Amino acid sequence: MQLRTLTPQKIYILIGYAVAATALFCAPMVLSDFRLNLLAKFLAFAIVALGLDLIWGYTGILSLGHGVFFGLGAYAMGMYLKLEASGGRLPDFMDWSGLSALPWFWKPFESFPFAIAMGILIPALLALILGFFTFRNRIRGVYFTILTQALVIITVTLFIGQQKFTGGTNGLTGFTTVLGHSIGSPDTKRMLYWVTAIVLIAAFVLCRFLVKSRFGKVLRAIRDGENRARFIGYNPAVYQMIAFAISAGLAGVAGMLFVLHVGIISPSTMAIVPSIEMVLWVAIGGRGTLIGAALGAVLLNYAKSAFSESYPDAWLFFLGALFVIVVVFLPKGAVGLFRKWKLPKRRRTEHEQQVGHSTV
Amino acid sequence: MSNKSVILQCEAVTVEFDGFKAVQGMHLALEKGELRFLIGPNGAGKTTILDVICGKVKPSSGKVLFSGDVDITRKKEHQIAELGIGRKFQTPSIFPTLTVFENLEIAMKQNRSVFSTLWAKMRTEDEDRIHNQLVMIGLEDKAQWRAGGLSHGEKQWLEIGMMLLQEPEILLLDEPVAGMTDKETDKTGELLHEIARQQSIVVVEHDMEFVRNFASKVTVMHEGKLLKEGTMDEVQGDDRVAEVYLGKKRRDVDVSRSTA
Amino acid sequence: MEITIIQLFNGLSMGSILLLIALGLAVTFGLMNVINMAHGELIMIGAYATYITQNLFNDYLPASLFNWYFVLSIPVSFMVAFLIGWLLEVSLIRFLYGRPLDSLLATWGIALMLQQLARTIFGAPNVAVKSPTWLDGGFRLMDGVVLPYKRLFIILLVIVTLVAMFLYIYRSHAGRRMRAVMQNRDMAACLGISTRRVDSMTFAIGSGVAGIAGCALTLMGPIGPSLGTYYIVDAFMVVVLGGVGKLVGTIVGAVGIGVTGTMFEYWTNASLGKVLVFLCIVAFLQWKPKGLVAMKTRSLD
Repeated sequence: MQLRTLTPQKIYILIGYAVAATALFCAPMVLSDFRLNLLAKFLAFAIVALGLDLIWGYTGILSLGHGVFFGLGAYAMGMYLKLEASGGRLPDFMDWSGLSALPWFWKPFESFPFAIAMGILIPALLALILGFFTFRNRIRGVYFTILTQALVIITVTLFIGQQKFTGGTNGLTGFTTVLGHSIGSPDTKRMLYWVTAIVLIAAFVLCRFLVKSRFGKVLRAIRDGENRARFIGYNPAVYQMIAFAISAGLAGVAGMLFVLHVGIISPSTMAIVPSIEMVLWVAIGGRGTLIGAALGAVLLNYAKSAFSESYPDAWLFFLGALFVIVVVFLPKGAVGLFRKWKLPKRRRTEHEQQVGHSTV
Repeated sequence: MSNKSVILQCEAVTVEFDGFKAVQGMHLALEKGELRFLIGPNGAGKTTILDVICGKVKPSSGKVLFSGDVDITRKKEHQIAELGIGRKFQTPSIFPTLTVFENLEIAMKQNRSVFSTLWAKMRTEDEDRIHNQLVMIGLEDKAQWRAGGLSHGEKQWLEIGMMLLQEPEILLLDEPVAGMTDKETDKTGELLHEIARQQSIVVVEHDMEFVRNFASKVTVMHEGKLLKEGTMDEVQGDDRVAEVYLGKKRRDVDVSRSTA
Repeated sequence: MEITIIQLFNGLSMGSILLLIALGLAVTFGLMNVINMAHGELIMIGAYATYITQNLFNDYLPASLFNWYFVLSIPVSFMVAFLIGWLLEVSLIRFLYGRPLDSLLATWGIALMLQQLARTIFGAPNVAVKSPTWLDGGFRLMDGVVLPYKRLFIILLVIVTLVAMFLYIYRSHAGRRMRAVMQNRDMAACLGISTRRVDSMTFAIGSGVAGIAGCALTLMGPIGPSLGTYYIVDAFMVVVLGGVGKLVGTIVGAVGIGVTGTMFEYWTNASLGKVLVFLCIVAFLQWKPKGLVAMKTRSLD
């Protein structure tokens, strides 16, 4: 059917993807080491945004708890890096807190593959468990959102409170090497950038596969009318749980990459404000469009690093105002705005009629 | 039950909302391939009994047996739907941001687990089925439209199309012809007869003209109870039915004029 | 024994503050299906209003009158928060009716701006409000159990506010209109009730009560621009637990969370205590997913 034919519009989109991928791979040749590291961090954020879009934009469930999933991934990687930096001795903060032996749950993190597996599995599992106890009982909408926010608060207090295991407020830092390579050297940084770019593309391809599959259509159906989907014979709770877990897993992956780029993870990174900022990336880029979510994350963080250093006060005002403006006036985000501006009015109505707002 | 051809059997079903009994000890037996009309004045509990059958409302007592021995009152909505009971609601409820085609695609009878929808490929025979359905409901030109942009009548048809692709053994329809033109109403009636050759249907309807034209067997409910069951002629001739519909003093008036 | 009583009392005091905060939230959520994340900042505004009242007394009135500033600061913080809440409703919230998730995000933006505004005006560090001398000391219940007057006063303040709210909602004409809108908006509008006015009035009252909560919080310790964020999520948990639509759910939810929270934190430690409370709430929702009291509807979604 028409699904398989290449319309001019599809060709433009493909060209767009190709340009974006080329830009990603050429960036190391153009940017300074500092800028490249910054970009790498933003690309990691873009991975969170993709996952968040999957659960919010496509499934209609707003999670304000993605900072936690991001943080859990980051801590898993941080634990590995910390053990490697300590070189067989007890990590410094444990020493200060009076621990004499490495806790049992820290031991396996000496293995890099184990740390990576945990960085994905722990967030995904936590999401699955929370989803199981909420979606099954049809706790949704704002009720669910508030619970995710409570999850943030308790996780942050728990990580601060258990100083001897987590490093408390300071978190985990003082890393030296990753797999034997010095973590601060430009070569390693460049390598980590490549890895991040590849993971981002992989995450994009995965999400695109998910939303284009029939699974993705069911997710949108659940967003449109959960009960209706139920009376057709789908079990929305299972779909919501899986989508939430995948989304959390992606946030965990992003967290692992973040630690590698930034060299520190502390509870403040997963607190309420960063968690809700993640939602803003998606809202600004355009929820329900993957490319919008990823671009939103990169652009907003770029703006943040440009503004907030020189005008930290004005930045918070700006951020607040942005929330209000985007939610009230631009519910479809920048991508929605772009479509409005790009397509002439007559074609636009036709376009909206035919494809809806959730392609690309 | 002993009768092999009975596909759905409601036994003494009672539903309470905060002490108010919406349905009291209702009995209903539906045979395979039967087209049954459920009528009664407002508040008689017609919609509630459909809600019980499809699992939206849990009865406080009584049983609903599907294909002989499966008690579905303990099952969840999606499990009941999987067993083969489809429901069309009073207001058209389609998925507005999905295209017409996608609406039909996900409604189509298939394995509905996460795993299989993840890897589901559009096979040619599925595409043909959806296409045939599109032609039947007259939406083949609008297959790529967002369903939210359809007119009220088109949405009704889309929902009927979705239900047919679902291939349930029992279809529960709540006022399917509401808001349809006379021509569309007739088309729906003919369609129902066609469906009833293989599947069983329960229709809740207020449009007496429609009921008279297409009903073979009618169940009248009143105040949550079964009032009368029989052919349209039997029901029309019944004094109690006339009383319920038109008040005590006008027994002689023909029930069928009322559109309640 | 003594310690248990003190902990129970602390829990009750915590619960009463939560109740004051959650009251406004429950009403606006029930009435307009709007989640107001800036509610915490209205608490902060109430607290700063108290701070300003104190400073004005200090600067312009004889020292002998200073002790009475607090009596005045209660209505002042109510009025200031009431006005700002009303402004917020007419300028922004009314565009967000029936879109709870969007309202949550937009009001969070407002919260961010209000916090930054407070930081610009009053500075980032916390400021202390000197409580009146007549609230120093405590009531000696038995050996080893002294209930501080400040906490007793807060509980009393909450009871008075609650009674006033109850009378307003269940006994006044305005309250009857409010309940009518809450139960059936369209029908109420058909009967000639100006739902717009009811909405903004209710929202403003909820905000004003948050202001009183802020005033009460000045008795508990220093205040700062992010004062509200400490309480807002707990207050929302009260709404989730208590359900929407009746005052009694909010009361039980608030006292429940206050007491169990304080108890858990005493038995374990502050961080584990919070985790346990959260687990209890999730467990409770398995039993009653819609909270303690819930209104039933027959609609599909």
